[in-house]
Amino acid sequence: MTLPHKPAVTGGGSAPGAPDLRQGLDRRQFLRRLAGASILAVAAGGLGAVLYDPKGPAGVAGGKVLAGLGDFRAAAPPAGQPRLATVHGADRKAMFDLGVKALGGMEAFVSRGDVVLLKVNAAFASPAILGATTHPDLLTAAVEACRAAGASRVLVTDNPINSPESCFEVSGLSGAARSSGAAILLPRPALFSPLTLPGGRLITDWPVLAGAFAGVTKVIALAPVKDHQRAGASMSLKNFYGLLGGRRNIFHQDINGVIAELGQLMRPTLVVLDGVSAMMANGPTGGSLADLKATNTMIFSADPVAADTLGAGLLGRAPADLPYLALAQVAGVGTMDVASLAPVTLSLDKAAG
Amino acid sequence: MRIVVARRVSQGFFLLLFFWFCLVATVGGGFLQLRGWPINWLLSLDPLPALGTMLATRTLYAPLLWGLGVLALTLFVGRFFCGFICPLGTLNQMTGWLARLGRAPKDRAEDNRPSRAQVVKYALLAFFLGCAALGGLQTGLLDPLPLVFRSVNLALLPLADPGIGVVHDAPRHYEGVWWIGLMLLAILALNAVRPRFFCRFICPLGALFGLAARVAPWRIGKATDKSCGDCRLCESHCEGGCRPSGRLVISECLLCCNCLDRCPSGRIGFAGRASAAGETAVPDFSRRGAVALLAAGTAGVFSAPLWRVEDAAGLGRSPSLIRPPGSLDEERFLARCIRCGQCMRACPSNIIQPSVTTAGLIGLWTPVLNYRLGRSGCQPNCIACGQVCPTAAIRPLSLQEKLGQGEYAAAGPIRLGTAFVDRTRCLPWAMGRPCIVCQEVCPVSPKAIGVRTVFEPVFGGAVDIADAKGAVLALAAAPGTGRSFGSGDYYLRPAGFPDAAARRIVSLSGASLTLEKPLPDLGQGRRAAIVVRLQQPHVDPARCVGCGMCEHECPVSGLRAIRVTRENESRSGPGRMLA
Repeated sequence: MTLPHKPAVTGGGSAPGAPDLRQGLDRRQFLRRLAGASILAVAAGGLGAVLYDPKGPAGVAGGKVLAGLGDFRAAAPPAGQPRLATVHGADRKAMFDLGVKALGGMEAFVSRGDVVLLKVNAAFASPAILGATTHPDLLTAAVEACRAAGASRVLVTDNPINSPESCFEVSGLSGAARSSGAAILLPRPALFSPLTLPGGRLITDWPVLAGAFAGVTKVIALAPVKDHQRAGASMSLKNFYGLLGGRRNIFHQDINGVIAELGQLMRPTLVVLDGVSAMMANGPTGGSLADLKATNTMIFSADPVAADTLGAGLLGRAPADLPYLALAQVAGVGTMDVASLAPVTLSLDKAAG
Repeated sequence: MRIVVARRVSQGFFLLLFFWFCLVATVGGGFLQLRGWPINWLLSLDPLPALGTMLATRTLYAPLLWGLGVLALTLFVGRFFCGFICPLGTLNQMTGWLARLGRAPKDRAEDNRPSRAQVVKYALLAFFLGCAALGGLQTGLLDPLPLVFRSVNLALLPLADPGIGVVHDAPRHYEGVWWIGLMLLAILALNAVRPRFFCRFICPLGALFGLAARVAPWRIGKATDKSCGDCRLCESHCEGGCRPSGRLVISECLLCCNCLDRCPSGRIGFAGRASAAGETAVPDFSRRGAVALLAAGTAGVFSAPLWRVEDAAGLGRSPSLIRPPGSLDEERFLARCIRCGQCMRACPSNIIQPSVTTAGLIGLWTPVLNYRLGRSGCQPNCIACGQVCPTAAIRPLSLQEKLGQGEYAAAGPIRLGTAFVDRTRCLPWAMGRPCIVCQEVCPVSPKAIGVRTVFEPVFGGAVDIADAKGAVLALAAAPGTGRSFGSGDYYLRPAGFPDAAARRIVSLSGASLTLEKPLPDLGQGRRAAIVVRLQQPHVDPARCVGCGMCEHECPVSGLRAIRVTRENESRSGPGRMLA
């Protein structure tokens, strides 16, 4: 079989009698190419085997879905102790200290080493004086109290409606956080993860600001009191809308339902409802001092339903005008029966006097 | 220090300064934010915007005076800006150098032979100045500083933002930016064909400097005309393609000083005399060059008025052509905008976009507002765009002027357009669903969007009442529409009594329905209708400022159910809609 080949191969021009180098080289080259081609073919096949997908793509991109943002409630106080405090006055810092003291002091809520997340309302790039956002003085008071109680870190977050940098800067919240030693967590896309509320009808596979809660052990919500045409009022429960991402406005179609679900999304350690001035009209944006009224009240409780039940009165509205309160109560978020929380009412003037 | 070292230091400094100014063009007080950086200074050094706006507006906006200073210095020492300052020139030089690593000096010298095509840039300059003379400023398309600012601001930096969050935590978006990025890539890639391809053949600013350099008393040149062998080492790294070994093309020398540095016998110097080997310049005014320039200029003069034939500033304008707050009327705006993209980078809402078609061909890459993109509408308390505009195409407004407060109270706020509710798409108008997000986010006080409350029967909401015990009704069958009737938005109204007060439904489980209050006078066996309480939005055009918050937030996320168009905008008096 090899005989007929020989002349054809050796007849290629090499000197007769000399060892046929070309043949050897050709064979080596051929083997090398064969090996190279085999490796590439096996590699391609292996890659195909690794990435092989017999089913094809699913209808929606899947992934890990959360069930809640956490329960940050502190241990319930002994029976008979007040669980809701109302403070009247105009000096937010003094009112904050007095209100927290009435509920057992900051130590009842924040322990040494805690990482505290403050959920403010920074929805709009609007200056503090217009009352559309959490007041920077209240933020400062809360941060200082947390630090005094031994918190190792204090974080401040919200997912605003206007551009986040502008909102925190213009509202004065950035400045207050910087000077009091808290860090602002801007809602960058990486902080959002999908969440499905167990038993939820609206918040299903919806992006929420979960990344802001990483490592957090306590959550304090600081909300202003504002008029809101669609929801009736924007207070501490509505403030949790800022934990949602995506085009969350679609939930305005069932605003009461979604606010009740927001209450189940996360259980705060403490809620502070700041009604020192209330936005009576043109809320929740405001934009004019004429929209504000001095209502000189701040409400403290771990129960956002109870706080909002009281807060409605500051806007001249009845709790029945806010259907989400009853829905949240049914869902176990809190109680509209404020009296059951042994509420206390304090006045800054009397306390000082 | 050798002159080329000094040149490299200068180029490096200005390139870094350029990147720094791009990086910090974000409103805020942080380290990587605007604070007080003079981010327009490099643009101000460019005399082409100064010359262009002078021709187009017959005025010189104060910050552009810097450019005339640069032009004046060029009249004395030649194209130092190209060699020592221009950031795009530096990028071109670097890529050209990289593309020729390891090449022999002879091959390099071939690449640097003067080419007849170098006259093209003069024709482009003449064309653009012809346009500008009749009010259509187009220089920014190819002027290297607006071009490089636009490219880096809109195409390069947004690539670094998502994930890394260098400057912005959220990704920035720009319409049609693919072309802007591709243009920069193409300009850099062309350096593989010839070193500094853009500078030699295209750059209209280089052409302007080339004209100025013809009269410069100080210039590069050979000290003696004695034959200097045939090494052509001087041309191996000649960036301008200006033939320093022979008859120097003086208009093309961009003062890279490589010839001076590389001449082994030190014959080349920078001095107050012409090159001993002779000089020439392009274009050659005594011959066809002058005709070509004249033709290009005439073409510009002819083309500029064509957009008036379109009536692109008047009735021919697109209704979506909404300019940033403080923008001049369309005609005066186009006489000033150099498309540098500074406003688009500075806008915290990311709604200022480079126009691709909205502003017409004449307005390619000029700023337009797109309320569908970005993070929100135009924020009432922000005036960043006017503050960073280098030519005042967007006037630097004060907050008082924007909001119509204080001494501007009589003039009222700056209006960008008017919002219109599309009743065929709006949820409460067309679909029987509560919403009014637009009313909620309207930042005007009192709000420019009001609501009227109506009760509408819901589909499949007709129910038979089997039994009534006070406010608790037993229905004959559970309504099967899948809606949450206990959510506070739904009411029950006795059928056949359209004027009867509807009662709010508190809860509905199965066929048991609880009302807020009992229905009046309702016996057993009666029919009733479940109605939904809808608040339907209405825009008050006298209050609407066209900020687009409503359009941005509208949950009908494709074609929004409330949209802002340019009617009633402040910048064009004849654009007023209301009598």
